Amino acid sequence: MVPVVFAVAAVVAVVFAIVTIAHRSPVINVLSLVVVFFAMAAIFALLGMDFLAAIQIIVYSGAILVLFLFVIMLLNIRSVERLGSGRRVQALLGAVVAVGIGAAALTAVSLLTPTTGAVYPGSLETGTVVPIGRALLTTHLFAFEFITLVLVAAIVGAVYLARREPR
Amino acid sequence: MTDIPIPQTWVLALSAALFAIGTLGVLLRRNGIAIFLSLELMLNSANLAFVAFAMTLAARPDGAEAALAGQLFVFFVIGVAAAEAAVGLALFIALHRLKGAIDVDRVNILRW
Amino acid sequence: MWVEVLVIGIKLAVVLAALLTTVPIMVWVERRASALMQDRLGPNRVGPFGLFQPVVDAVKLITKEDLIPRDVSRFLYILAPVVALTVALSTFIAVPFGSDTGLELFGHAVRGFIVAPDLNIGVLYIFAIASLAVYATVLAGWASNNKYSLYGGIRASAQTISYELAMTISVVGVLMASSSLHLHQVVEAQTGTWLGVLPRWNVCTQLLGAITFMVAAFAETNRIPFDLPEAEAELVSGYLTEYSSMKYAAFFMGEYVHMTVASALMTVLFFGGWTLPWIDLAFAGWLGGLLSIGIFCAKVAFFLFFFVWVRWTLPRFRFDQLMALGWKVMIPLSVLNFLWVGFAIAAGIM
Repeated sequence: MVPVVFAVAAVVAVVFAIVTIAHRSPVINVLSLVVVFFAMAAIFALLGMDFLAAIQIIVYSGAILVLFLFVIMLLNIRSVERLGSGRRVQALLGAVVAVGIGAAALTAVSLLTPTTGAVYPGSLETGTVVPIGRALLTTHLFAFEFITLVLVAAIVGAVYLARREPR
Repeated sequence: MTDIPIPQTWVLALSAALFAIGTLGVLLRRNGIAIFLSLELMLNSANLAFVAFAMTLAARPDGAEAALAGQLFVFFVIGVAAAEAAVGLALFIALHRLKGAIDVDRVNILRW
Repeated sequence: MWVEVLVIGIKLAVVLAALLTTVPIMVWVERRASALMQDRLGPNRVGPFGLFQPVVDAVKLITKEDLIPRDVSRFLYILAPVVALTVALSTFIAVPFGSDTGLELFGHAVRGFIVAPDLNIGVLYIFAIASLAVYATVLAGWASNNKYSLYGGIRASAQTISYELAMTISVVGVLMASSSLHLHQVVEAQTGTWLGVLPRWNVCTQLLGAITFMVAAFAETNRIPFDLPEAEAELVSGYLTEYSSMKYAAFFMGEYVHMTVASALMTVLFFGGWTLPWIDLAFAGWLGGLLSIGIFCAKVAFFLFFFVWVRWTLPRFRFDQLMALGWKVMIPLSVLNFLWVGFAIAAGIM
């Protein structure tokens, strides 16, 4: 049952990832990326990491991609050109590089010592909120505070960069 | 739920496939927003790889702390991706005001 | 395993039926209550006290011609109401509506009146699905190819994401007080008394959090005083302008289901869920369970009426006032509440 769900989620993720990079309309790209992230959240939940699945949907699908959608609507970006049009050689080289990277990654994956995976009785002990919260605020406190600073810097930077010049 | 394992290699293979698709998008698209979306796809495939390793480590008797670290790494990657998306999109807005389009082929002012 | 699936299926069917039945009841309540508040009678011709009015409305909406204007983006136009209704209905599976009475069905323990009993990220799941509700409004506004719809859609989504923050931070205080994300535990933690005499409901221990949550819930469901995105005097009905018949009905059902979910969340998080203030319902078996469901439904009904009451009493906010309230008032207040809860737990008051 679990591998079936994983296979379905994986197929959905790959198909909609291809739609994301290939479709002309930017809004459809964003929406198919939402579906990809949903499939990834499903895979996270299937592997027992509930908190990460929820965070993935709240932050990625529900905030970052909404930001993308807002910018697309603000700048009124309509349908764009087809994938790789107008620059054939570069497109071909790019495709070769991407396929090469994919093949290299897959080879590396297959060379790893095959593990039989873990058993999934529901959710992992370490996948619920309590261990993660405890680890964030004790072992990784510095990184946690630092990411706060990173986000503040990003907010200030975004507000400053997108401001309208005072006339 | 029955205890049927998902091999780690399957998850890593999915991660590799999504990474390759994301790279394809970054190299082939001309629209800045589409490049950014492909970049988010690549970051997400890296997250999936972290999760795959965290899952394997969690099954080992002494691997709980490392599994937690793996999940926290995903958490931080998501945070950094959010920050990067915000700043990048603000840059695109500023660029659009300057150039009228966000076609990356036309953003060549720094060329020497 | 299939017995488990069947039990969950039955619970899901009951919850969906209840939610979808709330919609026509709310339509009737809204029209009668608003009429009585405005010193007129409201619908009273179709059936006793106008009780069949929603049925007649539904028939009208179903039999209306289903127009799709020529210049809209068809796929997005049809997707938006589907997303609105699906998201609103999906949030309810993590909300418990009765106490765990050890009921057994087909030899399998039902494990509490909640559709998904093992979801121990309960509240986070609800916020995750509710954060997807932005897409319905923003896509409706964009796909309609109409500047008023676009204004309405952008305003609605900006409002939603702003008040999402205040809502989430005000819930963090509740989660700290109950040490668990699972909503069943949140209700269980609200039994007993606080400071000797007050019930331990979170509205008593964290009044500021309750108020910010309620205001944010009004903003999230686009109800007055925060309904500028659908304001008729301003934006010709905002992002709903180009929608008619069943798609319009889907949006409205989504809005009422959203209201019901917000009321259910308010009762579970702040008003003790299915518990009575000082009485401990330690009845065994299914009578206590039914009573707890009844109490829950009564509280949800009160909050739904509260939504209607506020709607027909207050004027609406202007959009800049709305955004200023969300960012400059609600978020600091909810952070203040969070600090108060932290202090109270550390000092042993809670």
